[in-house]
Amino acid sequence: MRLVWRRRRREDPLVCREFVELVTDYLEGTLPDHERARFEAHLAECDGCSGYLEDMRRLIGSLHDLPEPPPDAATREALLRAFQELRGPG
Amino acid sequence: MEDDRALLERLRAGDEQAFEALVARHDGALRRVARGFVRTDSAADDVVQETWLGVLRGLDAFEGRSSLRTWIFKILVNRAQTRAARDARSLPFSALETEEQPTVEPAAFAADGRWISAPRRLDADPETGLLSGELREHLLRAVDGLPPDQRTVITLRDLVGLGAQEVCELLDVTDGNQRVLLHRARARVRTALLPLVGVMG
Repeated sequence: MRLVWRRRRREDPLVCREFVELVTDYLEGTLPDHERARFEAHLAECDGCSGYLEDMRRLIGSLHDLPEPPPDAATREALLRAFQELRGPG
Repeated sequence: MEDDRALLERLRAGDEQAFEALVARHDGALRRVARGFVRTDSAADDVVQETWLGVLRGLDAFEGRSSLRTWIFKILVNRAQTRAARDARSLPFSALETEEQPTVEPAAFAADGRWISAPRRLDADPETGLLSGELREHLLRAVDGLPPDQRTVITLRDLVGLGAQEVCELLDVTDGNQRVLLHRARARVRTALLPLVGVMG
C-alpha cells in the first residue's frame, strides 16, 4: 500500500518527447487528471513545448476556417438543375 | 444548430442561393471523405452527387435530431459504403493501416527526451491568430496527401467541425482509434508545412 502511494506522489516529470504524443489527448480533454497535471506542469516551464502546442492550436483553427475550392461548373449546374426540379417553386 | 433552422427553412422554401452556399461549403469535404471509401475519383463524384440528391429528397423528412451537416455526412457515408460494397472494396477503418511517421522526428530530441533546440514555429498571421496566408494555402494539399483514414478523420473533425462522438458513430470506429487517427493526421500536416516555414512571402 505504502509503496503504491509513494509512487503516485513522486511521478516522473514529463519530457518533451512524451509531451508531443499527448497533445491531441490534451486538446480533446481525454487525459486523466494526473496526466493532465504532468502535462500542464511541463507546459508552464517549457518554451519549446508551449510553442509547439500553440502551433497545433493555430493549425487546427486554420483548418476550421479554410475555404474549399468550389465544385466545377458542370457539377454546379447539375446540382442547381436538380434543386429546381426537386425543390423549385411550382 | 440555430443556424440550421434558418437555413433549413430557406432550403425547404426553394431558395437556390441557400443551396448554392450549402454546396460551396461542403462539396469539397464530401468529396474527400467519399474518396476514403471508394476506389476512384469518378466513383467518389457519383457518391457525392447521389448524396446531394438524397439531401434534396430528404429535406422534408429531416427531423433535426442531429445537425444538418452531420445528417448530410451520414447520407454520404451510407452511400459511399453501399458503393464500396458494390465495387467489392471494403475498407475497415484502422489506426494501424499504414507504417507510421513519428509525431515529431526523433532527431529533434536529445537522449533525455528534451528538445535539442526549440521546435521550428509555423508562420502566423498576427491579426487573425491563424497560420499565415501562405501556409493556409498549403493546408488542403497537406490534408490531401494523408493516408485515407487519417484524411477522413481530420476532414470531418477539423475542416467540417464535427464532434469526436459524431465521427465515431459515423465511421463506426472506437473513440481511441478516432483520436489516434486525428493525432497522426495533425502531426503529419504540421510536418508537411515545416519545409515552407520562412521560405515564402
